[in-house]
Amino acid sequence: MSDILNLTDSHTASSTAAGKTSMDLDIAPTTALAAKDLHIYYSDFLAVEDVNMEIPERSITALIGPSGCGKSTFLRSINRMHEVIAGARVEGSVMVGGVDLYGPGVDPVAVRRKIGMVFQRPNPFPTMSIAENVLAGKKLNSKRIPKAEASELVEQSLRGANLWEEVKDRLDKPGSGLSGGQQQRLCIARAIAVEPEILLMDEPCSALDPVSTLAIESLMLELKENFTIVIVTHNMQQAARVSDKTGFFSIEGTGKPGKLVEYDETRTIFSNPREQATKDYVEGRFG
Amino acid sequence: MTSVQAEPAVSAASATSSFEIEQVSKKGDRIFGGISFGAGVLILVTLAAVATFLVTEAAPAFTNTAEDGESLFSYTVPLVFGTIWAAGLALLLAGPLAVAVALYLSHYAPKRIAGALGYFVDLLAAVPSVVYGVWGIFVLAPLVGNNLYPWLEENLGFLPFFEGPALRSGRTIMTAAVVLAVMILPIITAISREVFLQTPRLHEEASLALGATRWEMIKQAVLPYGRSGVISGAMLGLGRALGETMAVAMILSPASVINANLISSQNPATIAANIALKFPESSGLEVNRLVATGLVLFAITFGVNYIARWIAGRGFSGAAG
Amino acid sequence: MSAVTIDSFGGGAELRSGKMTPAMQGGIALAAFVVGLGINALLGGMGPVKTLIGTAVAFPILTYAVARQVEGRRLATDRLATTLAWMAFGLVMLPLVSLVWTVVTDGAARMDATFFTETMQGVVSEGGGIRHALTGTLIVTGIAAAFSIPFGLFTAIYLVEYADGKGFSRWITMLVDVMTGIPSIVAGLFAYGLFVALDAPGHRSGLAAGVALTVLMTPVVVRSSEEMLRLVQDELREAAYALGVPKWKTIVKVVLPTAIGGILTGATLAIARVIGETAPLLVTAGTIKTLNANPIEGRMETLPIYSYYSYKTPTIPPELSYERMWASALVLMIVVAVLFSLARVLAAVLKPKGLR
Repeated sequence: MSDILNLTDSHTASSTAAGKTSMDLDIAPTTALAAKDLHIYYSDFLAVEDVNMEIPERSITALIGPSGCGKSTFLRSINRMHEVIAGARVEGSVMVGGVDLYGPGVDPVAVRRKIGMVFQRPNPFPTMSIAENVLAGKKLNSKRIPKAEASELVEQSLRGANLWEEVKDRLDKPGSGLSGGQQQRLCIARAIAVEPEILLMDEPCSALDPVSTLAIESLMLELKENFTIVIVTHNMQQAARVSDKTGFFSIEGTGKPGKLVEYDETRTIFSNPREQATKDYVEGRFG
Repeated sequence: MTSVQAEPAVSAASATSSFEIEQVSKKGDRIFGGISFGAGVLILVTLAAVATFLVTEAAPAFTNTAEDGESLFSYTVPLVFGTIWAAGLALLLAGPLAVAVALYLSHYAPKRIAGALGYFVDLLAAVPSVVYGVWGIFVLAPLVGNNLYPWLEENLGFLPFFEGPALRSGRTIMTAAVVLAVMILPIITAISREVFLQTPRLHEEASLALGATRWEMIKQAVLPYGRSGVISGAMLGLGRALGETMAVAMILSPASVINANLISSQNPATIAANIALKFPESSGLEVNRLVATGLVLFAITFGVNYIARWIAGRGFSGAAG
Repeated sequence: MSAVTIDSFGGGAELRSGKMTPAMQGGIALAAFVVGLGINALLGGMGPVKTLIGTAVAFPILTYAVARQVEGRRLATDRLATTLAWMAFGLVMLPLVSLVWTVVTDGAARMDATFFTETMQGVVSEGGGIRHALTGTLIVTGIAAAFSIPFGLFTAIYLVEYADGKGFSRWITMLVDVMTGIPSIVAGLFAYGLFVALDAPGHRSGLAAGVALTVLMTPVVVRSSEEMLRLVQDELREAAYALGVPKWKTIVKVVLPTAIGGILTGATLAIARVIGETAPLLVTAGTIKTLNANPIEGRMETLPIYSYYSYKTPTIPPELSYERMWASALVLMIVVAVLFSLARVLAAVLKPKGLR
């Protein structure tokens, strides 16, 4: 337990040095994303119950909890990927920038263009080159990108994903030729190329080796200067290392809906959480 | 004392039995392995036999001239033209439509009936060609002959394709091509649909997460992934159209011509249809000549298969790692 | 904590778009129909079907144009793609449904008992049946299956279990590929040539037909069996070897039982494919009006040949022959459909557990 504390302390120290979050500067943080009374269904089955959560801008929020408790389902409901599954729906609202993403007349496709997502397994498009992969999202939005602008965007996004140096000589080679960690950074580059406000990451490191994982974690800390990041992770140490706030999801039993049990500063969640369930989980005593 | 005596007896016995076991399994392996190897050799023998008998039966046609004085070359060329022309038209008609239907079945059709529809299309790929031929003569030909072809001659007759004069019975190369198209469409659709369904969910979701519409997702993730599979399917369909006998034989009354006129009474024959029509009544050198054309057809389909395999093999298909 | 919120989404205007209502879609359909009527009036010939074609062409164009205004370019393109996909499906269904419908309705006329019990012996007008053709099809296909299934299976076993990837097997694989490409008429000519050499020119027999179909069936059986055998996990084989089971017994008692479902399915599908082949039968088994159950000698009638000749050399009046033609086509289609469904059932029921 104390090890985790030490880790968070050291990271807070470094993040203060690297870039100040609004929390450190005592300015009222603005809310990037707010879920209000959100219930998520698969047809008639209630999968996630009554989520209320406000996520501050330019921070990293980790969602932790045992398998099947709805963290990924909640994440995917933020960029309306959840409803890609037939019969899936939500009740309640998700507010971003004062707009309810589930409001009447809102087009889910438009929502997804504003919110980026990185998946558990890296998925660069196999028939496209590295440069084409980075531009894939941008190409959907604007018909023609002048060549100069395009290559500048590619470089910018790849630099932002800490991948530029490694691939700058082979931008026209297929994206599938990279290592797992590099592929995932390519996916991150692809996501940030469209300059989303919010970046969602669904267990982005679970398919990667420890070295690549740490590389992506330090990348996340850099990215949070410009993006609001929400990450689902099974790795509690990771949550403790990178996130500012943590949400703990849990489930009472199979067939029951998942719930957001506790949501607070990461420090608090890991050192003295309010709920017993949270305490049991972070101390490794989950059922 | 007894135990000392017993032991050698026991070890001798087990030594014998394990030796026996080895014998049996060695024999079993030899027999079984031999049969399997023999099967492989038999494949080789079969193909050698096919080549040999075909060439033997065809040979006289290469060396002698037929009674009607026509050279083998001038006999065969219009047939080759007809074969490629009909099959090419069929692929042109069927190909894009088949891919569209495959996309429909994999990505647009309501989930509950998509399975049943797919099954129906798969089933149609197995319907015998004689049934298609019968439908072509009795349903399609009169329909287009009385309606479409006269209209085409009247309004688009300046094009060499529709010069006419339109044949009222509709028994033209175009009708044959349409029947061929209907015949090969289920095959191409079945293979393409299979490939489209195998597009990794991961890549489809990557596209959707970037904010793509369904069509954009198909363009970005599904079609590039399925490209080589679709081409294989198209080549398979083309191969079937090239070798198709009955439908064409039933619809056309062929003349030995080369022209681009799709709707007249002067229609080129295909190699396969020609053989089917002439063989039952032929004898002597005639038979040799027909077999020679069969050899040419084999060469053509072999070439098409080879190209198909070459296309399917190269490029980063996205299906492999 | 949440006093101020980000106005990054510009008040949400970008997230909303117009939506095409069902009323709009109905209006477009109507407008397309009007265009169709107009085209019908303008162009001559071909009858009222021009209206249909005109409507069909106008509908997607109008849909795109309206959607472009209401929903924007990207969504309009998406809607156009959806419309075209549905239309393609409809278009393709027309001939296919017509085919099935015609065969079923026209073939029903002779679905009586006599059709199945009589041959064409002595038939000059009415009556007649397919008994000799059915028997012939059974014999010829039976011969082909009896040859090609063991042949194909053992070849697949050789390729997968014994020589995987090694020199000779690559030749075999290539040759099997060549075999797949043999046109059916050419296979028939080969069988004809073979039996001419064995017997005499002008040879006709059910056995020759069986050999021709074997050449067509074998590569299909090889391919599908090979695929199924490869799906069997190596762990299963190694478990058997580790117990001291010899290789051939492993194949017979472990690998084959695991893959048997897929192998049978592949074999059934192969039978379904060749049972309707006409061309090779034309040059080997020929046609005959009477029942011949001797595969070695003499012409033998088969079902697809029966259909063909009912059309080609009809009795007087031809309508009666055509009735027989449709009915035999219907029987053929039913047989293929039954085999096809059987294959699907086999695949589901015998679904192996030890597959990758």
